[in-house]
Amino acid sequence: MTEKKIGKQTVKFQNNPFVIGSASIVGKKEGEGPLVKWFDLILEEDMNGEKTWEKAESKMLKDAMLRALQKSGKNKMDIDLVLSGDLLNQLMSSSFMARDLHLPFLGLYGACSTMAESILLGSMLIDGRYADNIIGGASSHFCTAERQFRMPLEHGNQRPPSAQWTATAAGAMVISANKSDKSNVGIIGDDKTPTALRDVRVTCGTIGKVIDAGVTDANQMGSAMAPAAVDTILNHLDDTGRTLDYYDLVLTGDLGYIGKDIAADLLIDAGVNKEAVLSKYDDCGTMLFRKEEQDVHGGASGCGCSAAVFAGNIYKRLCQGELNKVLLLSTGALLSTVSPMQGESIPGIAHAICLESIEN
Amino acid sequence: MSDMPKSEKEQKKNMAKAYGKYTNQFTPKPKYFSNSAKAFFVGGAICTGGLFLQNMLIKSGIEQKDAAVYVTVILIVLAQLLTGIGVFDTMGKFAGAGVIVPITGFANSMVAPAIEYKKEGLVLGVGAKLFSIAGPVLVSGIASATVVGIVYYIIGLF
Repeated sequence: MTEKKIGKQTVKFQNNPFVIGSASIVGKKEGEGPLVKWFDLILEEDMNGEKTWEKAESKMLKDAMLRALQKSGKNKMDIDLVLSGDLLNQLMSSSFMARDLHLPFLGLYGACSTMAESILLGSMLIDGRYADNIIGGASSHFCTAERQFRMPLEHGNQRPPSAQWTATAAGAMVISANKSDKSNVGIIGDDKTPTALRDVRVTCGTIGKVIDAGVTDANQMGSAMAPAAVDTILNHLDDTGRTLDYYDLVLTGDLGYIGKDIAADLLIDAGVNKEAVLSKYDDCGTMLFRKEEQDVHGGASGCGCSAAVFAGNIYKRLCQGELNKVLLLSTGALLSTVSPMQGESIPGIAHAICLESIEN
Repeated sequence: MSDMPKSEKEQKKNMAKAYGKYTNQFTPKPKYFSNSAKAFFVGGAICTGGLFLQNMLIKSGIEQKDAAVYVTVILIVLAQLLTGIGVFDTMGKFAGAGVIVPITGFANSMVAPAIEYKKEGLVLGVGAKLFSIAGPVLVSGIASATVVGIVYYIIGLF
């Protein structure tokens, strides 16, 4: 008998795991975006001092993991497991990151849904008492994703308005069974002495289904993933018996400008309160860049997009008490490098985690 | 997909079509007119420049046939150089087919993967990927030329 599962797809934790540390690192272009003050580190150049883009991404992910660990006040010895994933074939960035960390490692592939997937699985393992401390993370890099899924960088092609820009970003969170014993002073952006640092706990999560609406255009990721995001949100609300009003913010991973509009429309269509959708729902892919000035067309995408926004902006706002209850969804397009050529449509998936900030 | 009953397959197809239509209203259209105008003028400028160069070469005493080859080579070298210093992708973004359809686009499609896959080595990286964009174009071009040639030959028999 399952004890901690409610409804069809949702897990509810008995001892809500704590998020005790988090770090986010972004590339140069992302560092010129509106969220700049929330990130821990902005790369001076996207090669990150390495010889290849893949190594650059791997190093960025490793640095995010280590920074999150440092801020959690834990030692490497305390960490039972690292959960991480990225977009590259055979999870190159994560595997090579784990090679350097020398910690037990489980690689995850959920395309851009990886961040929520790793936090969800990590929390389940902690609440199931298989581990005390886990680092979960994800990364993506514009240049590695471009060369694997699209064209060489210097190729002179035109991107359609719906094409999204893979974010160069990495995020990591340390999840623990116990409250952080050290104070996290200094974690909040420019403000080194924040007031009222709260505990952030993962209270439940919803595991998404793979939904394929039949979109075949790889430049239409937002519309390919929107139905999956909406399905997960609706199932989450159904399973928990909550309405959208329960949350201060419902955030999808990387639907972008078009996908966000579609998801909002679908939610309203499904009978979710329109006011709530318009006031509470947002998408990381629309937050990372300035739409017009940075020429990103459909908005940001990639594992790193939701990872860096969750680990940077959202986590810190939860710590500050600016947000109390958030539902975070990472959305993934589960296409492969060969599936579009074989005439397959793009399957989407979305996982949700509920983070709540609790006064000490 | 083959084990799926036909009606279900049909239904899926219809659903995908309906969803595509629904999402279209949220998707901004590419600016066809201004994109075409940019492509026309930039592409036209490249061709005019090429012709100007050819005329100059002919004036300096080179035969027309040779001059055409020289112009081709000059355009290829220029496009390669611009790709190498990272300018061509910006031009391509602006002018689209204007720079991709002329021989400049072909040169770019060879140099871009060459730069990209240098890290994987000269033989298995650059060598294997050099034609990754140009190759399919060449194959289709040669294949359709062959078909047209055969048709032309058959017509010539009568």
